[in-house]
Amino acid sequence: MSALSKVVRSGVQRRWVQTTVITLATAAAVTAGLLGVGLLVASNAPFDHAFGTQHGAHLTVQTASTKATAAQLAATRDADGVAEATGPFPVGQIMLLPPAPPGMPAPDRGSARGPVITVAGRTGPGTGVDRVTLTEGRWAREPGELVLGDGGLLVPVGTTVTLGEGAAAQDVTVVGLARSVSGTADAWTTPAALTALHPPQTGYQMLYRLANADTAAQVTAARQAIAAQLPAGAVSGARSWITVKQEANDQISVFVPFLLAFGGLSLLLSVLIVGTVIAGAVGSTLRRIGVLKALGFTPAQVVRAYVAQALIPAAIGAALGLAAGNLIAVPLLSRTEDLYGTVSLTIAPWVDLAVLAAVLTLVTVTASAAAGRAGRLSAVDALAVGRTPAAHRGQYAARIAARLPLPRPVTLGLARPFSAPVRAAAMVVAIAFGAAAVTLASGLATSLHRIQIAADHTGADLVVAGGPGGAQQQPPPGTGSRPATGPAPESTDPARVTAALEAQDRTGRYLGLHESDATVPGMSGTTRLAEYTDAPGWTGYALVSGRWFTRPGEAVVPTELLRATDSELGDTVTVTTREKTTTFTIVGEVFDPGNNDGLVLTEGGAGFRPDTWQVAVADGTDLGAYAQALGTALDPLGLAVHVEGTGGADELVVIIDALAGLLTLMLVTVAGLGVLNSVVLDVRDRVHDIGIHKALGMTPRQTLTAVLASVALIGLVGGLIGVPAGVWLHGILLPAMGHGAGVELPGVVLSVFGPGQLAVFALGGLVLAAAGAFLPAGWAAKTRTATALRTE
Amino acid sequence: MTEALIDLRGVSRRYDSGPPALDDVSLTVAPGEAVAILGPSGSGKSTLLNLIAGLDKPTTGTVTVGGTRIDELGEARAARYRRATIGMVFQFFNLLDDLTVFDNVVLPAQLAGAGRGETTRRATELLRGLGIDRHARAYPGRLSGGERQRVAVARALMNRPALLLADEPTGALDTASGAEVRRLLTELHADGQTIVLVTHDRTLAQECATRTIEVVDGRIAADSALAPLR
Repeated sequence: MSALSKVVRSGVQRRWVQTTVITLATAAAVTAGLLGVGLLVASNAPFDHAFGTQHGAHLTVQTASTKATAAQLAATRDADGVAEATGPFPVGQIMLLPPAPPGMPAPDRGSARGPVITVAGRTGPGTGVDRVTLTEGRWAREPGELVLGDGGLLVPVGTTVTLGEGAAAQDVTVVGLARSVSGTADAWTTPAALTALHPPQTGYQMLYRLANADTAAQVTAARQAIAAQLPAGAVSGARSWITVKQEANDQISVFVPFLLAFGGLSLLLSVLIVGTVIAGAVGSTLRRIGVLKALGFTPAQVVRAYVAQALIPAAIGAALGLAAGNLIAVPLLSRTEDLYGTVSLTIAPWVDLAVLAAVLTLVTVTASAAAGRAGRLSAVDALAVGRTPAAHRGQYAARIAARLPLPRPVTLGLARPFSAPVRAAAMVVAIAFGAAAVTLASGLATSLHRIQIAADHTGADLVVAGGPGGAQQQPPPGTGSRPATGPAPESTDPARVTAALEAQDRTGRYLGLHESDATVPGMSGTTRLAEYTDAPGWTGYALVSGRWFTRPGEAVVPTELLRATDSELGDTVTVTTREKTTTFTIVGEVFDPGNNDGLVLTEGGAGFRPDTWQVAVADGTDLGAYAQALGTALDPLGLAVHVEGTGGADELVVIIDALAGLLTLMLVTVAGLGVLNSVVLDVRDRVHDIGIHKALGMTPRQTLTAVLASVALIGLVGGLIGVPAGVWLHGILLPAMGHGAGVELPGVVLSVFGPGQLAVFALGGLVLAAAGAFLPAGWAAKTRTATALRTE
Repeated sequence: MTEALIDLRGVSRRYDSGPPALDDVSLTVAPGEAVAILGPSGSGKSTLLNLIAGLDKPTTGTVTVGGTRIDELGEARAARYRRATIGMVFQFFNLLDDLTVFDNVVLPAQLAGAGRGETTRRATELLRGLGIDRHARAYPGRLSGGERQRVAVARALMNRPALLLADEPTGALDTASGAEVRRLLTELHADGQTIVLVTHDRTLAQECATRTIEVVDGRIAADSALAPLR
């Protein structure tokens, strides 16, 4: 073993606290960094690859057949910003009835309901824009044949399904399954076959590749140029590839900003810890450095020895972080696999290598900078500095502290940070990181909880709807506010239900609701039209912007619908149900994440008959007894009362909660160890002073108090810096996560911190500092006085 | 017969597997005595002082000071014992460089929880008595060696200890400063202060001590109160 190796090995073994701190700090940085970068790559790569292969549409524009001709739409291929276009294709929105499961009677075409899908008329998968991939079977060749988008309805090739409703319903055979990454349609058939289906809503679809489509603004500019070439109001819907990508990646994308933030925090903390540890190691072993140099070590060898003392534990930590990051990534990446079917469940090897190289390079650079002083010192100076007490700073602070009306061990400790300001500053930063992480994770958990409440709309205590008997039932998890059974019978008189609710003691608030399937131009699939007797804000829906409707004709819609129809508040949206077509003015944007169907909330107009009622009881009401009594009152009307359940926590929320908890624990542990390391160095530097104190009569308890007091100010300041930083990060991160998931978040989700909670977090900095200092404080208290006095 | 202030019986102190630092030492010191412990380096005299101060514990034997078995005390009670009974003066002063002279002197009283007014009065009186009151707000690093040692003596006397222990109090001083400290210790003894000092300095022993004990290889080789033992 070379002399250098021996020096390095003894350094690593002697300084086990510092070695452990560097190992954990690096592990945390690699884990969080790997997850952040790995998932960022995973969330983009599969979509980008599939989109490129299919020559996907940057922009899909749909027109109503009554407003623009196919020729007019075809002419837009020359519009500004358009690089290539395919179409126009006829499209229609039509109800699809899948076959009954084996052993069940066939559905009644007259009354059965199924999803409304967008069917495009195309002669083949295409060779221009949006080259649809046939995953099974073949393309439709004649009327009566249909190609279904795979991943949606699980209907095998060869199955006969019914398209349309009532007298216009026709049976068609599924001859193929296909995938369009651009999501231009739910199913395809030939143009002639589409015409023969007589869909209730028809139009044309044109698919564009744009010269510049990297930003939403560029896509919007192209859409406006296209719309300008068409008659006014001809564009009934437009869909950007950015929206499609967001929808495709909504679940995985939500992790990316959060993990990158934790990765950044961990990396910065790691740099800080490595820098502090190595600088501390150099500062406390100047005499040893002097001896090494006197024995013939070159400056470069001395620097290498100290850098290696950091790199060895850092490499071990990086290996641990690599393993942890890859393991944690498996359940997250399985979501991407669900979307594309071909994705590996591991982080790309080049990401592993890149993160590893980046972290270790950073450790090397930081350690080299910190160890540079050891290299620059001459042997004589190093020996001299190692023997001579350091220049005394903080005397003014010590003088002031001595006058404070506090026990002397406390005031001795309070003045201590001013004697070693650089070390104290490093501890402040480490604690600030820990406090910021705790604040961020707590805010994140609260926000996610509120998102779940807003997404599930479970503000009501009870739902009154049609059902067997008046017994109360727990709806299955995930059903949200929708009753487990169907709506009230048509014969139900809403006035009698209202009278029963009014007559019931301890009824709080209630409203009536009727939901129907509808179609909205620009939205693929079914849109749910929910008509209310009153604004449903109290049932859990949260507004992102605008206001609730106050009269019929006004509507509130989710962000997805605004994006898909390229609308904003004040615009109108046309909704077509089986019974009617209504145009609403959009007055509010509601938060409705995770719902891929469209949603339009409005107030029922003249003759409105609700068939479901949502009820909140007065505070302190026995819900079971209330439901029993109400059920008895409504039983003659054929209505049932269902007690609302909150359902289980969403898997995504559980994963983010767990990840946030894990990463926070890692950061807090590393921050605590950073404090421990600094206090160990401080105690080692001051051991002679501690001996003097003890010789003068300082008891072990007083020694413990003095050391703990020496980090009190540091903990407090760290908390006061870290908590606002955590709040600030939360304010940046949450909207970014929302954007990742394609939703705008309401204020109730973003404003989650109360002053009391923040004060507790700030005091948490104190606790973290005390926890980190406790062990070395104990060592100081136990140090034998005679030994301490002999220590130079 | 006056009860002994210090009573060591059969005290040995052994570190690791080497020869004992102290080997079966017994001695008593009466109140008001000034005892100088002499001996070459490594003879065990500082170990003896540390045992009396409660900074170290004997491997065997008993150490009783002021009627209290020091060798049986835990760390906390030993600290309280030092506060109440012992004042210590070290060769290299052991002043805290980040505290002013005044703050160094009052520290033992503050650790004992004494009142601010009483502490200030006592410190002022000591600093004036030792002729260093003009340095009260200065830091030790700016004082001469003799002045620093006087500050150390003031600090040692702050809690009015029954016993003053001094470990080579003139060892780090020039001749003039050494003479100052010798004079100071003599005056203290004249005022009735019990003193045990460890020194190489025979002049110091002759001037300040009423009794000398010579330690060689961990054993008491001579005790002037008992006549030579060899």
